[in-house]
Amino acid sequence: MSEAHDVHDHDPHVEDDLHISLKGYMTGFILSVILTAIPFWLVMGKVFDKPATTAIVILAFAAVQIVVHMIYFLHLNAHSQGGWNMLALIFTIVLVVITLSGSLWVMFHMNSNMMPASMHEMRNMP
Amino acid sequence: MSEITAPTPRAAEVAAAHAHFHVFDDHSHPENGTLLGFWLYLMSDCLVFACLFAMYGVLGRSYAAGPSGADLFDLPLVAVNTSLLLLSSITYGFAMLEMLKKRKGGTLAWLAVTGLLGAGFIGIELYEFAHLIHEGAGPQRSAFLSSFFTLVGTHGLHVSCGIIWLVTLMIQVGKHGLIPENRRRLLCLSMFWHFLDVVWIGVFTFVYLMGSLQ
Repeated sequence: MSEAHDVHDHDPHVEDDLHISLKGYMTGFILSVILTAIPFWLVMGKVFDKPATTAIVILAFAAVQIVVHMIYFLHLNAHSQGGWNMLALIFTIVLVVITLSGSLWVMFHMNSNMMPASMHEMRNMP
Repeated sequence: MSEITAPTPRAAEVAAAHAHFHVFDDHSHPENGTLLGFWLYLMSDCLVFACLFAMYGVLGRSYAAGPSGADLFDLPLVAVNTSLLLLSSITYGFAMLEMLKKRKGGTLAWLAVTGLLGAGFIGIELYEFAHLIHEGAGPQRSAFLSSFFTLVGTHGLHVSCGIIWLVTLMIQVGKHGLIPENRRRLLCLSMFWHFLDVVWIGVFTFVYLMGSLQ
């Protein structure tokens, strides 16, 4: 009995810590809809002439939308779980950035420094 | 209680305080360890996806004279899929709000809606995969398609597992009600579900939209 009581006392704290509210969810949802619709419109409507411009803009929208999801849906803030959530997230972002940029950088240079393609590969090129 | 137990050095204290271990544990760590642990799992899952994204980034333009993303991707279908997943995120949020109000029926209803939206997402994705394979653009066609199927397929597998977990929890809540254990489990699944939506933002931007640009 005391076990159940303990957990019960303990639990509301967790949910309070998350700041779950209808307003938060609705704000997050409306922002996400806008931040999703604009990139699709940019690509499907061919709004910009240069694909590179579109790519940079939609990547920026994705980054903003990820932050929106983290705040409003995953209820992340600097104080949740005594700051450990945020610390783990920052560490992960560092690793993700190293993995992504490192892989692309290394492989791009390897491709351009490799021996010229063989005749067999040349024939298969588009 | 915590003033007595928390700051003392461990070595001598552990044996003596063994009987109070539960109390000690509770008071010096007021946060629920499960949610932090689950968050750490999500972060490690994030690294798995980072590796798959890096692989797609490296191989995503190696078409081997086969079809490119611009030839294959059906953006309106991807838009439908994206909205299904986004809607399922907000309906899970509604389930959480019902759970906080201790309303079992409402929680179950919103969970069911979330599950159906998730199933719709998986259905469309399977249709897309079947269509690609039928057109001869299966994972064995080129490095681009191998990495595409691995990345998007891994995400789909996560969503499928999420749906199985969701159904399991619906049965649990139906049987035992919104007991603290079930509320904790629902909070974990909430994080998992929203995390998958975050990964999908990366997928539709980096794979589908940027792949359709050329």
